[in-house]
Amino acid sequence: MKFKHLAGVAAGALLLAAAGQAQARDQIQIKGSSTVLPYASIVAEAFGENFDFPTPVVEGGGSGAGRKALCEGVGENTIDIADSSSRIKQSDIDNCKANGVNEIQEVRIGYDGIVFASDINGPSFAFTPADWFNALAAEVVVDGKIVANPNKSWHDVKADLPDQEILAFIPGTKHGTREVFDIKVLEDGCKESGALEAFVAAKGEKDGEKMCLNLRTDGVSVDIDGDYTETLARLDANKHAIGVFGLSFYQNNTDKLQVATMNGITPSVETVASGEYPVSRPLFFYVKNAHLDVIPGLQEYIEFFVSDDMAGPDGPLAAYGLVPDPELAATQEKVKNRVPMGPLN
Amino acid sequence: MTDIADQSVSTAAATTGRSLLQRGEHAKRRAASETRFRMLGLVAVMIGILAVVGLLASILSNGVSSFFQTYVTVDIYLNPAKLDKTGNRDPEALQKVTTFAYAPLISAAVEKLIETHGIEIEGLKPKDAAKIISKEAPASVRNYVLAHPSKIGETVKFDLLADGRVDGYYKGRVTMDSAKLDRNISPERLELADKLKHAGVLKTRFNWSFFTAPDASDTRPEAAGLGVAILGSAYMMIIVLVLSLPLGVAASIYLEEFAVQNFFTDIIEVNIANLAAVPSIVFGILGLAIFINFAGLPQSAPIVGGLVLTLMTLPTIIIATRAALKAVPPSIREAALGVGASKMQATFHHVLPLAMPGILTGTIIGLAQALGETAPLLLIGMVAFVREFPGAPPEGFFDPASALPVQVYNWTTRGDPAFVERASGAIIVLLVFLIIMNGLAIMLRRRFERRW
Repeated sequence: MKFKHLAGVAAGALLLAAAGQAQARDQIQIKGSSTVLPYASIVAEAFGENFDFPTPVVEGGGSGAGRKALCEGVGENTIDIADSSSRIKQSDIDNCKANGVNEIQEVRIGYDGIVFASDINGPSFAFTPADWFNALAAEVVVDGKIVANPNKSWHDVKADLPDQEILAFIPGTKHGTREVFDIKVLEDGCKESGALEAFVAAKGEKDGEKMCLNLRTDGVSVDIDGDYTETLARLDANKHAIGVFGLSFYQNNTDKLQVATMNGITPSVETVASGEYPVSRPLFFYVKNAHLDVIPGLQEYIEFFVSDDMAGPDGPLAAYGLVPDPELAATQEKVKNRVPMGPLN
Repeated sequence: MTDIADQSVSTAAATTGRSLLQRGEHAKRRAASETRFRMLGLVAVMIGILAVVGLLASILSNGVSSFFQTYVTVDIYLNPAKLDKTGNRDPEALQKVTTFAYAPLISAAVEKLIETHGIEIEGLKPKDAAKIISKEAPASVRNYVLAHPSKIGETVKFDLLADGRVDGYYKGRVTMDSAKLDRNISPERLELADKLKHAGVLKTRFNWSFFTAPDASDTRPEAAGLGVAILGSAYMMIIVLVLSLPLGVAASIYLEEFAVQNFFTDIIEVNIANLAAVPSIVFGILGLAIFINFAGLPQSAPIVGGLVLTLMTLPTIIIATRAALKAVPPSIREAALGVGASKMQATFHHVLPLAMPGILTGTIIGLAQALGETAPLLLIGMVAFVREFPGAPPEGFFDPASALPVQVYNWTTRGDPAFVERASGAIIVLLVFLIIMNGLAIMLRRRFERRW
């Protein structure tokens, strides 16, 4: 008898599973960049507190994963918003089109600074992008010749840097942060130090530019595939290392980390906003317009996200480390009118 | 008798050339190798114990503090000019007043609190003083006002969470020295907290809301709780139990008692054994492909998590059930059949009740395994920031929820160091659940197990 009951319950559960499909989704679903995740969850929390809609569900997983999920199609079992720490790619847009996602809104929420930080009790550093290139590149130019990187200590790279062994924890290639590091630090440093010219002269334009991004493989540069907490833990174990962090992460750990200047500029919300601090990037989220009137609260959520209360210079996002967008008013206008993004330029 | 014994000893001694009472070369080697083996075993056990003790000690020392939380008692004047401009307590108008309007009320209340206790701290700006209160506070005051609109215009006593750094100060995570370097706290504010503690308005007490409150965003670690995660895990366990126990037991009874041994059942058997060894992430991929993309079930929902974990638990339950059924001696079946029972009656009336303790033990251990599983949930969207409690079952099975191990993972990736403590606290809660479940399994086995 007992088993008949159990079987009945099981059958009932399966029936419910089938019935559940007809149920409408009433909460917003967001997925994407783990850099944007803290900001998105701060907004989601405040949104749930202040509006009559349920708190949105925010998932991490990376910018690429978020954009891919956004472009999976239109319908309640696909996500509404993709957070992204780099701009959407043409391949994503094509993928979206192929799956019937025709109108996407691009919303820039602000900027994120990328900082270089070391143990608080160690010496302080003042870098230029060229220093990083000369410290980490596989091949550098010494006396006009291309040689394998001979530098062992920061002092070898530049005379006024401290005599400390080079060891750098940089974001792994799957991170959006790595892209910025490659472009704003390594490529710029390659150009600045004059190595690019030598590379191009030796290997031709295309291969020469690629050589700028070739990192040395003798254990001096370590890719961190986890998040900033892992970098911090590694830094804790290797006090003489330098780690790459997001500005907001650094600001939450100022008692353990000291930050290095870049081109003489100390990174802060202000210096990133003014553009003085060179290593920064815009943060975005992408909204599926077809869901706007289907998922309750979606329009309200995106308007709330870019409102002055949240994303403005005095809002909680800036307090957490987001660099406010000076053109926020234009974004607010665009969001209100649901302007879909045009082709990438 | 003694002669014979003497004789045999002497013959043995004669053959080896030595007395039996003295240890020969070979015996010495044997004894030494036994001692070595014993030592090795002891060392292995010691290493195991050390690892467990080390793990527990680090988790407990990090996590026990998350069960306590610092609160500040503040009298807040619910200013009608700020909260209800129309003055008619219209719920809709009150709803429009956001938490941003409540923050100044709390600042004013903290200023007043400092004044009434006559506290003076050099270098503390009034604007910063309110920062010792959690950013969660405006929301809790707002919820109170929305629930009791008649209280607007009165002064109400609130127990508000203290900021995570102030809380960390009383837990030893933040010190005066680190506060000097920390952007989120200043020594002056800690001094204020100390004086408020002295005045009796700042207290550290047991943190029930750690078990009931939902997750909180990165700016307010002090408010983060396990409520949604515990509920989500419980929902998933219900689904796993309801689906995998009947399916698993039915499958094993059929295979063990009814099925004929042939090529086909052999393949099934091999497959079950293989399934039990499949890495759990594979079930996550399967869940994403079948339950979400094909069947259209919602993302982040306990129903999908439960279904995926059911697939993972089924082989464990089937293997345990089959072992339990095999352990029932054939004489019981034969006796039942002998007095005229049908095969089904023999199985359900006699064999199954005797196998029940073994089946339940296997089920509980399977459930415990499923409770601690994270990898498959990663792919079906359960590793997410979920603040909304899922509804009551059965509809609640389709609402987004989190799960205990997922919450641990989530918190360890956050920037604020206060979340490390939370994560360790969550591990303790998870371990307690696992210990309870395993304890239950042992108890059932001890109490109902029969030996033949």
